[in-house]
Amino acid sequence: MAGPRTLFDKIWDAHVVETLPDGTAVLYIDKHLTHEVTSPQAFEGLRLAGRKVRRPDATIAVVDHNIATDSSRYGRIEDPESRQQVETLERNVVEFGVPYIPLTDIRQGIVHVIGPELGLSLPGMTLVCGDSHTSTHGALGALAFGIGTSEVEHVMATQTLLQKPAKNMRVTVNGKLPAGCTAKDIVLAIIGKIGTGGGTGHVIEYAGEAIRALDMAGRMTLCNMTIEAGARAGMVAPDQVTFDYVKGRPFAPKGADFDKAVAWWKTLPSDEGAHFDKEVVLDAAEIAPQVTWGTNPEAVLPITGTVPDPALVEDEDRRAQMQRMLQYMDLQPGQKLEGLKIDVAFIGSCTNSRIEDIRAAAAIARGKKVAEGVRALVVPGSGLVKKQAEDEGLDIVLKEAGFEWREAGCSMCLGMNPDKLKPGQRSASTSNRNFEGRQGPGGRTHLVSPAMAAAAAIHGQLVDIRKLQEGV
Amino acid sequence: MKAFTTLTGVAAPMPAANIDTDKIIPARFLKTIARTGLGKSLFANMRYNEDGTENPDFVLNQEPYRKAEILIAFDNFGCGSSREHAPWALLDFGIRCVIAPDFADIFHSNSFKNGVLPVALPREVCEQLMEDARMGGNARLTVDLERQVVVRPNGEEIPFKVDPFRRHLLLNGLDDIGQTMQHAPAIDGFEAKQRAAQPWLYAET
Repeated sequence: MAGPRTLFDKIWDAHVVETLPDGTAVLYIDKHLTHEVTSPQAFEGLRLAGRKVRRPDATIAVVDHNIATDSSRYGRIEDPESRQQVETLERNVVEFGVPYIPLTDIRQGIVHVIGPELGLSLPGMTLVCGDSHTSTHGALGALAFGIGTSEVEHVMATQTLLQKPAKNMRVTVNGKLPAGCTAKDIVLAIIGKIGTGGGTGHVIEYAGEAIRALDMAGRMTLCNMTIEAGARAGMVAPDQVTFDYVKGRPFAPKGADFDKAVAWWKTLPSDEGAHFDKEVVLDAAEIAPQVTWGTNPEAVLPITGTVPDPALVEDEDRRAQMQRMLQYMDLQPGQKLEGLKIDVAFIGSCTNSRIEDIRAAAAIARGKKVAEGVRALVVPGSGLVKKQAEDEGLDIVLKEAGFEWREAGCSMCLGMNPDKLKPGQRSASTSNRNFEGRQGPGGRTHLVSPAMAAAAAIHGQLVDIRKLQEGV
Repeated sequence: MKAFTTLTGVAAPMPAANIDTDKIIPARFLKTIARTGLGKSLFANMRYNEDGTENPDFVLNQEPYRKAEILIAFDNFGCGSSREHAPWALLDFGIRCVIAPDFADIFHSNSFKNGVLPVALPREVCEQLMEDARMGGNARLTVDLERQVVVRPNGEEIPFKVDPFRRHLLLNGLDDIGQTMQHAPAIDGFEAKQRAAQPWLYAET
């Protein structure tokens, strides 16, 4: 290949089966994760056309979106539509020979948590799933992106996708992240800066000292929310942190294969002088704990901020949209975000439900009590995360503080299982989308980091985590 | 998939940016195993009141937009979740074309695969079309994919561009899988080479 290439270019080039005359590539897909919500119509399509799943060994299915996260899930699923979707998946995996992790398996969990955890997602891979937060797996240095159901069917039938190459974008975060700030605050700050469409048509590679310093869980949070900036995939170049994380995971290569894999993975980071179509640079030192105030993730401010005033917005449509946001969120221009009363705190979702996130929440909760009238949930991302937390005694810390300790699943991130906000309720949530009705019709979502959500639960309001940590 | 050649119909104005797929079809309606039947839930949170009655202020509850076949919106239409239920719901309602300054990538790709044509035009042009759409039933728009033009009610033609491969599939109502299957020998060859170099990618799961 001529010229210096980016991480994205290298993985892309290694997976092009053929290039069609108009530049569309038949792109090989190494791993396909699937779940109950976006797969039934794809399996049905295969069945109607008399097609098979080309590589069941490269495919794995799990249920996560519409299952309950309390003990009721082990009985008969009450909601008839949810039950039908889960049962349909269970029939389909048998009919098409696809490996499946059932609800009763300790490895069950949110698809984007279990992929890396089990070593199913690896550096250098192309990985897809019928879910936009598939960008998460880019944390390992993989090209991972969400697809629609027609593409799910396409991958099942052909193990490929028809794709045009994305443009390259690099977001560099220099310097050291201040105390009290996390990967969640970095990514919210980035989305606040570039907007929800800032990455459209691009794959974002994250670089810089503050990114290198993140552990794998932090990198997953960062890549997870890349889709909220419009980019289908986010990536972090694989390094020693990545290799140490992957080593020994159940489906990761072993022994000589592992060494051989690492040798290849080490060639993946972007070459010196590689071309990026778009560059954004941030200074980590300027990042403060972030809170969203509106109904899309770019409507975000530092916790020290005040609600913006639509009257100051010139564009008529944008002004109307901001007014609509404030009305929906029941906020007034100039109102301080700090001190805003909440009804629910949710710690979980594919963004923030890993053991590191639960440790952060437990550290805040230790010896404290959830404020009266506040419902606080901690929903581990997988059965294995749950077990690890219990082995560390974190469940006890959280339960003693008044948090609900739940089973693994998507839970209150999206309103399609029993965990929902009631109309008008306000949440501090570690999930990824603050869209109208996302956590339940009429629910009002403020996106924050796990420590910020736990602190909000304890105080019954949004608080600046840095003040607590200073002991003020 | 139904072919898309030329469409003449009522356009509904939705003058907002960032119309996300949770707005187009809220998650609680994703518990279906079919592609059809989602039209009644299209924009459900905006279209219906809490008690299930229609919200008369919502554009698709007003004449003539109940029969809209085209939607005009602003930037970043279809952002958020990858749910293909979004184009399925639009299609089931009867909307076969969305015109906006730009589209979120996954929605854009999902639309083509279901015979819903996303047309990207500059913001100023979308504002003009928004005005046309506000004129209602006497102001129908024509979207001609063959010639790649939108025809305004005043006869003005606005050219647009669509990826040639996507256009070909849409004009002929072809599905991708059949096309890709023709490359099976190349896929076999790729797998043989990859398997030799990275055998761990072929281990049993």
